[in-house]
Amino acid sequence: MNRFFAFISKEFRHILRDRRTLMILFGMPIAQVLLFGFVLTNDLKDAPIAVMDQSGDVESTALTNRLLSSGYFRQTDTVATIDALEGAFRRGNIKLAVVFPPSFGQDLARSGQANVQLIGDASDPNVATTLINYAQAIVLAYQNERLQQGFSAPIRVETRMLYNPELKSVFGFVPGVMTLILMLVAAMMTSITIAREKEMGTMEVLLVSPLRPIQIILGKASPYLALTVFNALIVVLLGIYVFGMPMNGSILLLAFESILYMLVALSLGIFISTKAADQQQAMFISALGLMMPTVLLSGFIFPRESMPLPLQVIGALIPATWYNKIIKGVMIKGVGLESLWLPTGILVLMALVFIGLSVRNFKDRLE
Amino acid sequence: MRTIRFLIQKEFIQIFRNKTMLPLILVMPIVQTLLLSFAASYEVKNLALSVVDHDKTSTSRRLIERFTASGYFKMQSYARSHREAEAELAAETADLVLEIPLHFERDWVREGNGQLGVTINALNAQKAGISNAYANGIIREFNQELLERAGFGHAAPRSIQVVSSNWYNPRLDYKTFMVPGILGVIVSMVVAFLTAINIVREREQGTIEQMNVTPVTKWQFIAGKLLPFWLLSLVIVGVGLTVGYLAFHIPIEGSLWLVFGYTALYTPCMLGFGFLVSNFADTQQQAIFSAWFFLLIFTLMSGLFTPLDSMPVWAQWLNKINPIHYFVEFMRLVLLKGAHFFEIQRNFWSVVMYAVVVNSLAIWTYKKRV
Repeated sequence: MNRFFAFISKEFRHILRDRRTLMILFGMPIAQVLLFGFVLTNDLKDAPIAVMDQSGDVESTALTNRLLSSGYFRQTDTVATIDALEGAFRRGNIKLAVVFPPSFGQDLARSGQANVQLIGDASDPNVATTLINYAQAIVLAYQNERLQQGFSAPIRVETRMLYNPELKSVFGFVPGVMTLILMLVAAMMTSITIAREKEMGTMEVLLVSPLRPIQIILGKASPYLALTVFNALIVVLLGIYVFGMPMNGSILLLAFESILYMLVALSLGIFISTKAADQQQAMFISALGLMMPTVLLSGFIFPRESMPLPLQVIGALIPATWYNKIIKGVMIKGVGLESLWLPTGILVLMALVFIGLSVRNFKDRLE
Repeated sequence: MRTIRFLIQKEFIQIFRNKTMLPLILVMPIVQTLLLSFAASYEVKNLALSVVDHDKTSTSRRLIERFTASGYFKMQSYARSHREAEAELAAETADLVLEIPLHFERDWVREGNGQLGVTINALNAQKAGISNAYANGIIREFNQELLERAGFGHAAPRSIQVVSSNWYNPRLDYKTFMVPGILGVIVSMVVAFLTAINIVREREQGTIEQMNVTPVTKWQFIAGKLLPFWLLSLVIVGVGLTVGYLAFHIPIEGSLWLVFGYTALYTPCMLGFGFLVSNFADTQQQAIFSAWFFLLIFTLMSGLFTPLDSMPVWAQWLNKINPIHYFVEFMRLVLLKGAHFFEIQRNFWSVVMYAVVVNSLAIWTYKKRV
């Protein structure tokens, strides 16, 4: 046991001695959570649009004003021809175009029906769909108010948005960013430091010592566990106090789940390090191999239900996917272990699998 | 000149000799691009609908039918009470709950109005907003159907019909946009990391001292380090785009020459960046973490995953020093909209300037230390 503690204390000293890496390891998650919390949002406002009003009458002007005062759109271009419109789209200046035909007002007065065309820049399909939806809603509201006075829509719909009445995308992104950063930092740290020992040749020294593989692995991971738990704490506090994430569930449960997640990430890092021969490989696999799949498949930005089945399956293998669910469940919904037993169980399983694999793959001989 | 050629040759020998890294470098970006492009879609479909039907009349059934026939919703369950349905929302087995009150049909026939309740799990604001839009659209159409059946259809009040069209991507296919974007981002990261690590490793292993005592000049050494990775990046992008075109039929609207030319000028930005990072790192570990810190920020802020216009003004300013942002914008403009050189000029010159600045900084801070 003394041996083991001496080993851990050596690891701690190594970490604390490298000031620059220490700064990065603490400062990085904080800076990133702060940055992304403010930057990543799907809420669209002030989208640049162009208006091609070929009619210029009272109605079209009024409708245009309605659109522009909604806060969703701002007019950056007034175009007179389709070519000019194309040019504006191609330059990336506008995301949406509103086109009124020359007889807009007249059509409304005479036949009671007129067309307005919305052209979306679907090179970003999501933005296009959302903007068209916004615009359609505004046109409909205008229609109901200005044109259908005295005629009320027969069916009224009362809509309730659960858990997030203001539809703040921050509720989805902040947990996601926390998950991403904690996982990557933990996995990268452990995989690179162990690979480093291999590269430096100090691994040989460890191998000839009486320490057993499981002791080496746990000894390497422990200081990083302490470090990442501290990181996780700061990140959660930032989420709550800076971004207004609610904390409706049990703090104890959150702590337990976070430590569990850290264990999974760390053991994943260790597993990667048993496979990598040098730091470059460890970096490649942990930083590059994990980053994109975690960002894209964990459901943090893109909803998993829309993905083809094979990708949903791969996504289920990523620890981040489950921790994301857990965080949202504990912090936003305020549920307890009884609803979260499945993701928790999966995380426990993953931790055991990764640790087991690491111990098995740990070569106690040099090839 | 000969010296540079030999240095490049040495680098390539080292790259190709590394049997583990080589497949990673060449294959991983392409595999990830292929796989992950399928994931990147905000399309909302297969929404699980839970219905609380207190009315149970033909009218209410017709409404439910409309929901399931729309293609957006699939019937998850008939709940017996609102509480039961909300429990499904909490457990996330249902995404949306439709509640039809008792006397729905009767109220419509006698008084000509009605009320419906829609409850949505809004944890994912995006998804909730779109689900709401779909649901309201279906209810609107149902409304219209009821009016027509009651004979009011022809006396419909004045209405404005919205005709919407989507340019550049009529089928709203996300992959068209994501494939070049993801490819570009991954290649950028690979190149930056490899360059940074390569130089720092020489420093760590001590081989840089050996290099320093040779007649090789600072410029020759730098060229010898950056050029191989530059060539490698062009190969990966070339293969990646070809595979993307074959697998996804991403449109190559704009000139292919323009795409390659731009990539050739853009990669030095990432090379220079990697180089710059390496100058401030003593160990590979530091280089990796520093590079990763910036690259993650560049990637998430690039506009590939979330719209640029939604970002706060200070973030949009920050993006001016984000090379990946320029790349994503370029890919979108040229590959999807067929923009010509004239239209992407601002982007092009920004990238050139960025490459010059970052590389100059890197060269200036590179010290042939002992």
